[in-house]
Amino acid sequence: MTPNPLPAIALVTLLGCGLFSGCATQASRAPAAVTRAPGVAAPAPYPSTYRPLPATDTLIRNATVLTGTGARLDAADVLLAAGRIAAVGTSLVAPAGVVVVDGSGKWVTPGIIDVHSHLGVYPSPGVRAHSDGNEMTAPNTAEVWAEHSVWPQDPGFAAALAGGVTSMMILPGSANLIGGRSVTLRNVPARTVQEMKFPGAPYGVKMACGENPKRVYGEGRKTAPATRMGNMAGYRAAFIEARRYLDEQDRYERERARKPDAVPPERDLRSETLAGVLTGGILVHNHCYRADEMAQMLDLAHEFGFRITAFHHAVEAYKIADLLARENTCAAMWADWWGFKMEAFDGIRENIALVEAASACAIVHSDSEIGIQRLNQEAGKALAAGQRMGLALGPEQAITWLTRNPARAIGVLEQTGTLEPGKRADVVLWNRDPFSVYARAERVYVDGALVWDLADPARQPVSDFALGTTEAGGGR
Amino acid sequence: MNTRVLAACLLLAAGPACAGVIVIRGATVHTLGPAGTLAAATVILRDGRIEQVGRDLAIPDGAAVVEAAGKEVTPGLFDAYGRLGIEEVDLVEETVDSGAKGLPYSAAFSVAEAIDPRSVRLAVNRSEGITSAVVAPEAVPDATGIAPVIAGQAALLHLGTAAEPQVSTPAGFVFTYGEAGAENSGGARGMALLRLRELLDDARDYARNRAAFEAGARRDYAATRVDLEALQPLLAGRVPLLIEAQRASDILAALRVAGNYGLRSVIIGGAEAWRVADQLAHEDVPVIFDPFDNLPAAFESLDATLANAARLHAAGVAVAFVTSAHYNPRNVRQLAGNAVAHGLPYAAALAAITAVPARTFGAAATTGTLEPGRRADLVIWSGDPLETSSFAEQVFIGGELMPAQNRQTLLRERYRRLGGPLPPGYTKPPR
Repeated sequence: MTPNPLPAIALVTLLGCGLFSGCATQASRAPAAVTRAPGVAAPAPYPSTYRPLPATDTLIRNATVLTGTGARLDAADVLLAAGRIAAVGTSLVAPAGVVVVDGSGKWVTPGIIDVHSHLGVYPSPGVRAHSDGNEMTAPNTAEVWAEHSVWPQDPGFAAALAGGVTSMMILPGSANLIGGRSVTLRNVPARTVQEMKFPGAPYGVKMACGENPKRVYGEGRKTAPATRMGNMAGYRAAFIEARRYLDEQDRYERERARKPDAVPPERDLRSETLAGVLTGGILVHNHCYRADEMAQMLDLAHEFGFRITAFHHAVEAYKIADLLARENTCAAMWADWWGFKMEAFDGIRENIALVEAASACAIVHSDSEIGIQRLNQEAGKALAAGQRMGLALGPEQAITWLTRNPARAIGVLEQTGTLEPGKRADVVLWNRDPFSVYARAERVYVDGALVWDLADPARQPVSDFALGTTEAGGGR
Repeated sequence: MNTRVLAACLLLAAGPACAGVIVIRGATVHTLGPAGTLAAATVILRDGRIEQVGRDLAIPDGAAVVEAAGKEVTPGLFDAYGRLGIEEVDLVEETVDSGAKGLPYSAAFSVAEAIDPRSVRLAVNRSEGITSAVVAPEAVPDATGIAPVIAGQAALLHLGTAAEPQVSTPAGFVFTYGEAGAENSGGARGMALLRLRELLDDARDYARNRAAFEAGARRDYAATRVDLEALQPLLAGRVPLLIEAQRASDILAALRVAGNYGLRSVIIGGAEAWRVADQLAHEDVPVIFDPFDNLPAAFESLDATLANAARLHAAGVAVAFVTSAHYNPRNVRQLAGNAVAHGLPYAAALAAITAVPARTFGAAATTGTLEPGRRADLVIWSGDPLETSSFAEQVFIGGELMPAQNRQTLLRERYRRLGGPLPPGYTKPPR
């Protein structure tokens, strides 16, 4: 297939993410713990060095507020203080020294969270030298970590910020059955990925169903897996290996209690990641389009005693929305992508709304450096499709697909995703109903700091790469 | 609204049977013609054409009346550069007819004959407002990485329900330039332009020396006889060269060559077109692009920006929008809405998905505006046609109401309620 002359979505779909990505999130109470390392407990490596940008306490007055908890408050105020949501309500008193922003006619929402992004690992420009999202060398590469590929100078981060995205999970691609660890980032300009890492966010692992692994290995290399049953055998073998690894660790710990000089088993990064899944600290994000395959994956999880946090690209989630609700597994979906590959042939516009209507956890994700810039519109289209078929939905539900539910899936809901007092002040001020095609994010706050201001070029970050190569601003 | 008359027309599925007279009353009508936008207007369709658009028009006897107060009406939307009808599932190769590899043909290759009017993708997009489509070929490299310098002929497709597709071809010839074009010609932009010039020289020479060619008395040409023959409408300026290019300097270089041969040009892609907007306006070259493309996706599009549409329009360049995803031309109206949010006047945004592509491909006398005599290709929208919350309520092509049902609506109805006594497989439309 030749490159599309119109680069963005189609090209990304075919070369980068759509075909080679996938994920799932988990709605567990996810401890921040990582995997157990052999030997003495060491601090988690590659720690976050994120520090909030300087913030000024801010009171946004008289706006329509979607709290992300399912509520809509009209003519309401939101107070950001010391980097946290301090209060949400009507007629709040402005503390001394607070910056007051008039929100009349405007809307306030929690910062948008994209549960499925490849920013940084498939950055712009999309040259081969930048293609760092798919370790396409073996069907199980659970040992690789997406954060080791992230290029913080991807101009896409600032463009996403202009669309109100304050946090996102960066995943490896979907060429492999098990593609590696994901990383959750704060969307702030940074020199290193460590400066973006969301403090305390649990790791995820990317798994992929269906066409991609069998095409890359079976069709492309004549090695396993070549079929969907081969895919399943591959996951099972990987988790058997991980279980064995955990058992060896346990055996060693017991032995060490008796014999201080016991020899620890050899460290294995690949099994470490999957052992983290089995012990619950690492959340499973599973690229999986078809309803029947999602059901297979849920049974796989039962066989090995782990949970699947979320299915990503769940184009057929509407067919098993009841099952997803029962299993407490989220579905991360596009509003209207379909038909670009066989397993996407049954996509419908009502997918997201039907998952919501079944009381399952619905998420709108992007998987695209273009789509991430207007997730609000994608949710708007999904909302309209649901309303058109007669479902009782409004903006107060639709916002949960962009904030609360992805926060839950990533494992950071206690910290962000809703406008509840005490949470991080990740907030967007929109110039109108955010689900409108005409909506723009006027101000974006991360931890209470104004990180994007539509009216002030001084508050519009520009990446190193964009510097001197373009006249377009950071929001492009 | 007189749904029965319309429904009857639909069931009969015969243009002439429904031809009669249909009146759409009370809507805000965006004519995209000299009449501009009319509030509470009436549109009268007769025998598949637009008879009148205006306020306070008399309703002809026996007309089927669609009450559309509170609705908005636009011309049918264009897929200005896509693959409707020749691509069903991108990654299922046997459903894709956009290009062939390893054969010597180029300009003579037409996508028109492969078009399947019963395509699922086509039907889904049609019921959401797409009524015309430019179907474009792509240059596919052979085993050595070389592709024809002209990919082939684009076709203009009318999306009615007739079993035999209504297609006109050639609607243009595709020349892939820029990074992809360089790659297709061994890795250098100059080589792509060299091959283009050689091909055009040969086509011109061939046209002047057909008899000598047939007698074997001409030098060797860089293309086959059928290709050289096919290029004549391009050399005559009857159809445009569709130049796929992003970088400002690439646009200018390709236009220079096209200009030397007197060709009409259209820029496809044009991420940096705004940088050469004055030249494009001066030479009356339209730009067809996806206004979402705002990232430096490649070194050829470093200056991509959401302001592209507004800047081109302000300079006097005709802009048309196309979705990068071939499966979703229905989203062109979202592109147009975003362009408005980034400074493009509303009327120009509507024109970018209707009148401009019609004019660009020589169909302005037929479709793209709501003016008397034009084919009755139009959409009744639930509200602002560019807004995410709006949807196409009724789509007419040639005065015929298009089916609202498609594979996606059938799937939705099948899975609307889970947990019934029988498996979903028993839920299907009545025969």
